[in-house]
Amino acid sequence: MNSLSTYLIISALLFSLGLLGILQRRNLIGMLISVELLLNAANLNFMAYNRFLAPDPVVGQVITLFVMGLAAAEAAIGLSIILALYRKMHSINIEAAQKMKG
Amino acid sequence: METSGLNTILQFAFWVTVALTVAGAAIAVFPRNILYNVLGLALALTGIAGFYLFLGSLFVALMQLLIYVGAICIAIVFAIMLSRPLHISAPPRPPVKMWLSILASAVFFVGVVSVALKTKWQCAAGHVYKASQWSVENIGNALLTRYELVFEVISLVLLVAIIGAVITAGYSRRISS
Repeated sequence: MNSLSTYLIISALLFSLGLLGILQRRNLIGMLISVELLLNAANLNFMAYNRFLAPDPVVGQVITLFVMGLAAAEAAIGLSIILALYRKMHSINIEAAQKMKG
Repeated sequence: METSGLNTILQFAFWVTVALTVAGAAIAVFPRNILYNVLGLALALTGIAGFYLFLGSLFVALMQLLIYVGAICIAIVFAIMLSRPLHISAPPRPPVKMWLSILASAVFFVGVVSVALKTKWQCAAGHVYKASQWSVENIGNALLTRYELVFEVISLVLLVAIIGAVITAGYSRRISS
């Protein structure tokens, strides 16, 4: 119903907000939230291209589903790493996690 | 007359969805309180599910609600609950880093939008939009024929991730001590 570029601009906006979040947050959970925003912007792009340009209408949806599954795995691993880090460091600020710096 | 009225309502709903999504993304990034971030993320993800509806795929929209809003946001809330107490305030951000990151993401945004607007997008040769092609049946067929290997590998990845998460979060104290 709307044109392809509308969706592209929306997803670019979401992606740059997520990028901003990754670059300036120092809270690990905040960075994880920004990563979810990035993945969703990419998903929205896949779906928009699929709707407006692609010859086979299934491919984009299948890729979106795969990305969702991988994002679930990533969130589970990331959150458990954050919990383990909190137990060790008593902080989830990434600037506190400098043990390997030497 | 009837269809044009319907179109106006649809356009209005679309822009409301856009506003909700962008506002949710802004709430997910800017406030310092991490709980507001999670709620903003849930709002933005729901808005994206609305976009999938506008694009014509009910199944993917439902999966978005189920997996992202239902599972990932709840998991993040649990991680917040188990980690740092909310009343301890974080040290302020250094302004130089903030301005640099704003600059970087603004450059990225301008670059991507100008590329997206300047390109003349052309449909692929066989592109036909039919609502019947977006059915769940077609997705199931593709998942179990052409993409079956990927499907199985992703389920393996999920299994390994779950086991790894349990080990990392549950046994880390025992391993480290």
